[in-house]
Amino acid sequence: MTDVREAQFVGRTTDGRTVRRPLSPHLQIYKPQITSALSIFHRVTGCALSAGTLLLVWWLVAAATSDHAFASVSAVVHTWVGHLVLFGWTAALWYHFCAGIRHLVWDAGYGFELPQVHASGRLVLIATAVLTVLTWFVGLVIV
Amino acid sequence: MANAPHQTVMRSGLGKARGLGSAKTGTAHWWAERATSIALVPLTLWFILAMFRLVSAPRFAVMAWAGNPLNATLLLALVIITFHHMALGLQVVIEDYVHAEKTRLASLLAMKGLTALLAIAAIVAVLKLALAA
Repeated sequence: MTDVREAQFVGRTTDGRTVRRPLSPHLQIYKPQITSALSIFHRVTGCALSAGTLLLVWWLVAAATSDHAFASVSAVVHTWVGHLVLFGWTAALWYHFCAGIRHLVWDAGYGFELPQVHASGRLVLIATAVLTVLTWFVGLVIV
Repeated sequence: MANAPHQTVMRSGLGKARGLGSAKTGTAHWWAERATSIALVPLTLWFILAMFRLVSAPRFAVMAWAGNPLNATLLLALVIITFHHMALGLQVVIEDYVHAEKTRLASLLAMKGLTALLAIAAIVAVLKLALAA
């Protein structure tokens, strides 16, 4: 045992032997559900957005540095790979944004009934899709 | 008997924790994550609206935009709060998945240091743009 918390997983059988108590099964054992899937996706998009901040910092630093540095950011962003990254970035941002608001509503004490949880989960997915498509529609067509 | 764990700690985790008070900064961490997320709602919307125009704009347009004190203020707020929120979130992810004490400590320090450096780089860039005009 390397962790004191593991002491809590030690039990005794009726004949006095120490045994390791069973842990709850790991992720892949469970049947996928919208509740767990969206929870995991909130964490995944949070990590993806953390990586995405590199792009923001690069853009800001390049703008503050020189025309040459700024041109290299623009050149990368305006390739099809750059657009793909930006599309993923906006989708992850809108998902984390909507799911984050869902979390704040829970924190305020609302929406804990299972039908409400399922409905708000579906709403988050729909809102993410609508906002992502809307962002790119406005960005590419209107502006 | 093959699967019987070796018990080196006689007291349970609960027994060790009892009487020591709260989990120290747990509540502050939880609150900071929420407070920053609330602040990021309007700031993110403002940033996305601004980016519609700026994503394809030439450098002088970005410089003029960031040179406006109101934009510079909101941009600094966005950068500082984003990186604070990000460090809090990544901390929980590391604490959840990295179990070995030394690796966990090293990962946390590396993440906090990297996040702080990125934040400072962004802040310096925004200040340079803001004060250049």
